[in-house]
Amino acid sequence: MKVAALALVLCTGSASAAPLKLWHAYRGGEEQALQQLAKEFTAQTGQEVELLAVPYDAFSSKITSAIPHNAGPDLFIFAHERLRQFVRLGVVSPSELPKFSAGYLKPAVDALEVDGVHYGWPLSLKCLALFHNRKLVEVPPQSTAQLLELLPTLSNAEQNRFGLAYEAGDFYFHAPILFGFAGQLFGPDGKSQFDTPEMAASLGFIRQMQDARWIPQEASGALVKSLFNDGRAAMVISGPWFAGEIDAKVDYAITALPTVSQTGLPMRPFLGVEAAFVSSKSTQQAQAQALAKFLSDGPGAVTRAVLGRQIPAALAAYEDPKVQDDFVISSFRKAALQATPTPNTLEMTRVWEPMKLSLRAVLQGLATPQEGGALAERRYRALHREAPADASALPYLLVFGVGLVATGGLAWKRRTKVSFGRKYPEAARGILYVAPAAAGLLVLVIIPFAVGISLSLFHHDAGTYRFVGLANFFDILASRGYSITEPLSFYFTLVVTLLWTGVNVVLHVSVGLALALLLKSPLLRLRGVFRVLLIIPWAVPNYITALMWKGMFHRQFGAVNALLDALGIEPVSWFTHFATSFAANVITNTWLGFPFMMVVSLGALQSIPQDLYEAAEVDGASKWTQFRHITLPLLRPALLPAIILGSVWTFNMFNVIYLVSGGEPGGATDILVSEAFRWAFQRNEQYGFAAAYSVLIFFVLLGWSSITRRISREEAAG
Amino acid sequence: MKGPSKLQIILLHVGLTVMCFATLYPVLWVVKMALSPSQTLSLTISPIPEAVTLDHFREVLASFDAQGRWLFGRQLLSSLVVSGATTLVGLALAVTAAYALSRFRFPGKQMGMQALLVTQMFPATLMLVPLYSLLQTLHLLDSLTGLVLVYATSSLPFCVWMLKGYFDTLPKELEEAAIMDGASPFQVFWKVVLPLARPALAVTALFSFMTAWNEFILAATLLNDASLFTLPVALQRYVGEYKVEWGHFAAGALVVSAPVMALFFALQKHLVGGLTAGGVKG
Repeated sequence: MKVAALALVLCTGSASAAPLKLWHAYRGGEEQALQQLAKEFTAQTGQEVELLAVPYDAFSSKITSAIPHNAGPDLFIFAHERLRQFVRLGVVSPSELPKFSAGYLKPAVDALEVDGVHYGWPLSLKCLALFHNRKLVEVPPQSTAQLLELLPTLSNAEQNRFGLAYEAGDFYFHAPILFGFAGQLFGPDGKSQFDTPEMAASLGFIRQMQDARWIPQEASGALVKSLFNDGRAAMVISGPWFAGEIDAKVDYAITALPTVSQTGLPMRPFLGVEAAFVSSKSTQQAQAQALAKFLSDGPGAVTRAVLGRQIPAALAAYEDPKVQDDFVISSFRKAALQATPTPNTLEMTRVWEPMKLSLRAVLQGLATPQEGGALAERRYRALHREAPADASALPYLLVFGVGLVATGGLAWKRRTKVSFGRKYPEAARGILYVAPAAAGLLVLVIIPFAVGISLSLFHHDAGTYRFVGLANFFDILASRGYSITEPLSFYFTLVVTLLWTGVNVVLHVSVGLALALLLKSPLLRLRGVFRVLLIIPWAVPNYITALMWKGMFHRQFGAVNALLDALGIEPVSWFTHFATSFAANVITNTWLGFPFMMVVSLGALQSIPQDLYEAAEVDGASKWTQFRHITLPLLRPALLPAIILGSVWTFNMFNVIYLVSGGEPGGATDILVSEAFRWAFQRNEQYGFAAAYSVLIFFVLLGWSSITRRISREEAAG
Repeated sequence: MKGPSKLQIILLHVGLTVMCFATLYPVLWVVKMALSPSQTLSLTISPIPEAVTLDHFREVLASFDAQGRWLFGRQLLSSLVVSGATTLVGLALAVTAAYALSRFRFPGKQMGMQALLVTQMFPATLMLVPLYSLLQTLHLLDSLTGLVLVYATSSLPFCVWMLKGYFDTLPKELEEAAIMDGASPFQVFWKVVLPLARPALAVTALFSFMTAWNEFILAATLLNDASLFTLPVALQRYVGEYKVEWGHFAAGALVVSAPVMALFFALQKHLVGGLTAGGVKG
């Protein structure tokens, strides 16, 4: 294999070309293995390799924006689920994988095929299997009948012990159970079919386990890990990454998931295949293919398996004694044989959100297992947005042109008789001073802004834009057949956004003002210390704040629940109900935002002359009267601009919503900005639709600013 | 008039202490995570770590790339360069523009002020797509210059509004007196107006610096070289697909936040005056 890679490079000549750029999102051992392999490749071929480790969150958007602009890498490592989208965007080159397919596990090769063409070289596999603690479980269950027999003996709700722990609310973990019950996501015609008896049976099965308290409620990865490490979960369903999380003291083994007794079918987990893809825009196709193949081949796979503990796709790697010694790898290889590659279709990418919604509803008792399928179906339909019909641009251009001429004409008619020089004696200097800022703003703010607005008239699909007129707006404003009370309707989100903005601004101002008044008190010692401490939240970057509070609101490991527990209050599952989830967002944002208002209030309070209070004191006015009639009126002019600015910021406060509640439950706490973001980056890059959302946000804020302008003008006049 | 009772004084101090504790608790929690040996969240109320280790800090500070270069050092440098340059460029542009908007009459002034506010209303995340194409056209992708220009212009509207508001509160008489004494218009601006506006300049500088120092989506998308990445991008690497390395993330978060906190403390006197005088007539 190595020889083949060498030969390929030698044939194409020029080994001293520019370095090959490889992007990945690996960490830890996997990254080390990749670095070592890159060095080996350079040693063998003389071809330099440049690695770039990208944060996972930014990886896919980085690839889809960079490669079409010719600014991307020569190759990148990604899971196969997005392959079809990459192909449609034209960012990946076909590979000669079929010629070498005998050297790989078959499902890994199958996963990399789109419409009869193979892309990329398979590196490693990820799928789910059953981990069991060998001290607690002697023989792992082969079937669900055996599992159900075993679970009661292993579980004890009082002692917080569970027979099985897994992230039941995530469809990735539920899919094998659904397939085991003979359920299918799509019918033979490719249409979605979630509302089936099989779906109900699978949901009923997990609900039964949860109601008997054999599996923990609202399990997160962190909970599963801690239960298993403490010996309080006898079995766990998880993937290869879980092996790295298990304490050395736990004696465990891994087997394939059991068979569903009712159907006799095995639980088939999804198989994810990580592959090295060659960019279609790479100028060094042959070398890039050679490197991808080098990484994927037997020797490369051994390094990745040994250092990174990956489950290799190359069969030759399993001959290596070091790999054979690793029972995690050999067990997952067996488990992978009954796995089914995650469909790389666009339809599949839309399945996760609806199924998560349905799973959580069933597990929380908000829906019966029979209703679960219909719930998912409905959400799937909403996300599966048909592309609007093309529209002719002519009428729009006409209206635009007429508008332009009319404004121009109006301006001409309105022109004053006073000569320009007389009216603006300092115009030249003024314009000179403003010019640099104006030029910068024009290029980097106004142009993208104008482009953003015009995008709302287009439909984006895989890199091509089609003009659709106002169809996106009609879609949003008609809330696409949804009733106003459902989270996916524009009006629901709008109300949530307004509520969010209102509650936050009120809290920011009242907490900030109250603290400012306390800090102003002449009785206070150590004023400087208090002021410094209270300003801290402002100095912390807000994505750090958001992630920090997300951790604090964790159901099982969060400090907030620990505090409630210590006070004798039942811990709250923060993100399963609208009210608590919304409250979590508001608490986070209040923490983040009150110091700004406090500082503004402090400054404004300083400007109020002290003798006013003294006079009031003499007149016998109470503190409250003084506050009502002196402090508040005199604060208003200073606070008003801060409030206006604060409301615009809060209205578009994406980080807190996205990182803290993530829209849970079921998108109910999403605000307009986060909804727009989802359409742009998580639901097949519907930029046009997202832009239409943004334009609507823009209009709402424009309306708001004209109201506030009127208020402040009256303020100034009165 | 009776003097303040002891009770009042005690209540005041207790109340503020409680508020301070509530404010600091989440921060202490991060400190605890950064110092604890484990990589996970822990279920305890006490913000005092049971075991203390500096391993997470060591790991974060001592990151090297494949060529053996000190990655953290380079990323710190890149963050400092980007934030420093953003502050300088942003301030230079904002000060001149705000002064003109405050003092001179010229056509399009009102519209300009409104346009500045309006740009703040379009969600920033959705400008990413057009911005990317634009920067490529200008050959500013994958360069710190491009990033600096984007940051400086995106914080500009807020800075201009702040400074204009502050300039409006400065009495014109001082400038007129300087002109009488034979100062050129530029000298007036440089030697009279700017020194007077120092609190507002400090606040504006702080804002520009923070915008650049904390941003990560644009930095992660536009830059293609690990040694150019700013610190927030490096920090984001600890949040993986399957797990979050909480210990590393917490240690990194403290390292990233520390300089901004230091700046806040250094500038906090100005903060009160600079923000509000600007706000009064904003």
